[in-house]
Amino acid sequence: MNRIVKKTQLSAEVFEMEVEAPLIAQNRRAGQFIIVQIDSEWGERIPLTIADADPQAGTITMVFQTVGASTHRLAAKQVGDYVENILGPLGNPTHIEQFGTVVCVGGGIGVAPLHPIAQAMKAAGNRVIIIIGARTKDLVIFEDRMRKIADELIIVTDDGSYGRKALVTEPLKEYCSQDPKPDLAVAIGPPIMMKFCAETTRPFQVPTVVSLNTIMIDGTGMCGGCRVSVGGQIKFVCVDGPEFDGHQVDFDNMMTRLRAYKDKEEEDHHVCHLELQIESMEA
Amino acid sequence: MSELHQIGKSREQLDQEAAALLKVIEEKKAAGQVLSPKERLAIPPQEMPAQDPIARGKTVSEVALGYSEAQARLEAERCLNCKNEPCVKGCPVQVPIPRFISYIQKGDFKAAVDTIKETNLLPAVCGRVCPQEKQCQLECTVGKSLKDVGKAVAIGRLERFVADWERENGKVTPPTVKPRTGKRVAVIGSGPAGITVAADVAREGHEVVLFEAFHKPGGVMVYGIPEFRLPKSIVQAEIDTLKKMGVKIETNFLVGRTRTLKQLLEEDHFDAAFVGVGAGLPKFLGCPGENLVGVFSANEYLTRANLMKAYDAKKAATPIYKSRIVAVVGGGNVAMDAARMALRLGAEQVHVIYRRTREEMPARAEEVEHAMEEGIVFNFLRNPTRILGNEQGRVVGMELQQFELGAPDASGRRSPVPIAGSEYVFDCDTVIVALGNESNPLLVKTTEGLVVDKKGRIVVGADQKTSLDAVYAGGDIVLGAATVILAMGEGRRAAAAINELLAKK
Repeated sequence: MNRIVKKTQLSAEVFEMEVEAPLIAQNRRAGQFIIVQIDSEWGERIPLTIADADPQAGTITMVFQTVGASTHRLAAKQVGDYVENILGPLGNPTHIEQFGTVVCVGGGIGVAPLHPIAQAMKAAGNRVIIIIGARTKDLVIFEDRMRKIADELIIVTDDGSYGRKALVTEPLKEYCSQDPKPDLAVAIGPPIMMKFCAETTRPFQVPTVVSLNTIMIDGTGMCGGCRVSVGGQIKFVCVDGPEFDGHQVDFDNMMTRLRAYKDKEEEDHHVCHLELQIESMEA
Repeated sequence: MSELHQIGKSREQLDQEAAALLKVIEEKKAAGQVLSPKERLAIPPQEMPAQDPIARGKTVSEVALGYSEAQARLEAERCLNCKNEPCVKGCPVQVPIPRFISYIQKGDFKAAVDTIKETNLLPAVCGRVCPQEKQCQLECTVGKSLKDVGKAVAIGRLERFVADWERENGKVTPPTVKPRTGKRVAVIGSGPAGITVAADVAREGHEVVLFEAFHKPGGVMVYGIPEFRLPKSIVQAEIDTLKKMGVKIETNFLVGRTRTLKQLLEEDHFDAAFVGVGAGLPKFLGCPGENLVGVFSANEYLTRANLMKAYDAKKAATPIYKSRIVAVVGGGNVAMDAARMALRLGAEQVHVIYRRTREEMPARAEEVEHAMEEGIVFNFLRNPTRILGNEQGRVVGMELQQFELGAPDASGRRSPVPIAGSEYVFDCDTVIVALGNESNPLLVKTTEGLVVDKKGRIVVGADQKTSLDAVYAGGDIVLGAATVILAMGEGRRAAAAINELLAKK
């Protein structure tokens, strides 16, 4: 059982939670994720990234957005409550070395999983440029933490309410056009954002790593629910990934597969929002 | 056809008929007479009562209902108590079969189940899912005398009866454990192989920690074999016995990631380890369209349905795909389980697509018959060449090619030969791929020096020892996808070797 030791609401729909998980805190490396399940009987298993960890305190930090029934239930938990099941660390760690200049692009909640990677890239002696993108000002997360790591930090919002009014691909393209061009790009965020980041870097031949967030059940390689097509081959995101060469990923198929249970998810989201509204009215 | 086709008699009818026959035998015995082998051979084999085929297709509750007490006692009277015990040789874990059956003949069910537990901690599971017709019952003298393996003593059903009787009457006692030795053994994977090792090693007084990646222990018994064949409460009850023996179970622990095998042995002070992680990596078809929405591995489909309980859409958070016409590709037990589960989840039509014919199907005859009774349609000598999707990327059909049987291959099965130009379109909205599993590479990849073969199976010696000191392996990670009982057999051998190693340490 994993006790919640800290909970912070980062924006309207985004929460940060620090939970006790000593073995994961000790062994996790940048790029890895966990599977979380709120209750063993009826709960579903959902993949979340490890945004940070404190091996001394034996805690890990997860950041999540309330998009469905399980994330809403998780968000309703308080400090001192428990998360019944956490499995991890899962997936292959990010390949970290001194590449030179690394552009790290994070969209929305994707900034959280990007954080430990940017941190490790910096620690390995890279010049780290960070681009944070969000729909609007209130959804920008981790700005201070990223500023500590970044040699250069650019914030963009879709509506221009904070930072530049642009999509992340704009500054990314500018960096790719510079001479010397970046040695590596890392993009994490919604699939559509990662797809366009990969399309942006492709003509410049800047190697681009993406971290895929597919549907998962076990997270250990035994079901193939998370499979994607990479370079025409079937890969399992949970054991072969989650990171792949962005120029090889079939994002269109991945996005189609992500919509498999859309009906149920939308219904859950709707119900959860109603429940939250009722709760706040009662309070 | 075997007895199974005479379905129709109710549980009460079967019980009354058995009770009447049993009364005659009991009176004879009370008068001091001994039943002759000829008289025993004349006792009719007891049929297993089952739920009505139509009604059961709508629920996940267990299909086979189990013997009544009279049926069990009468069936036990059919055993000849052969001196040479051929049945025991057919059992991968050598359950003392004639001895436990003789206790049933005396009406001492507790002694019977305790006898089984000398070598098998999972009698309620094995009694349900073992392919007895290929193992203990294949060797049975009664079946041989009656020239029909279907008429052998129903060892599996008797095993199930005493295990159920013990559990339902609250009489479960954990096997005795020797005084603590202070030695520690890590068992990786809590499926049938791991459970067998844990029990056999714990009996010797060693401390055992069982590591499981999922949130519930049991391996294929909880995620793969459906509720209607093996109720999960029964698996749980048998695993609880392990805990009563002092075995510690660590769930949510993926060896290779949470801790490596090396860390367990070198830093966490385990004196030996057993690797029983199974063959969990599903094979896919390798044809166009297999990444369409609506194509699942049987592992995914069954895990959602069984472990995550998606069959209860109101309570479970895990969704399952809504299907109208389901095509299951494959002919093994997993294909039967997936097809029968799809039916229970509300599909209008469920089809099994198999490259060969019924004769070559690896699934148990009983499961195929149950599936047919429930209305599942079998399409033999067919194989998909591609899966077809609509503009939303969802499955709308498959292109199937027809086959004919050619010459027998190395395994003795006649190999399927495609008929050129025979392709046609088959409408369906869901495809479940049940073509078997390969070994999961994760533990091997993260364990330096562990020798595996070309297929990723761990290489072991006769005593199940791997290339690493104090590391043993067994079950599907060694055999490739096999059966519960074969995995348990490997577990028994490994446990014996581990106990021997620790006695010397």
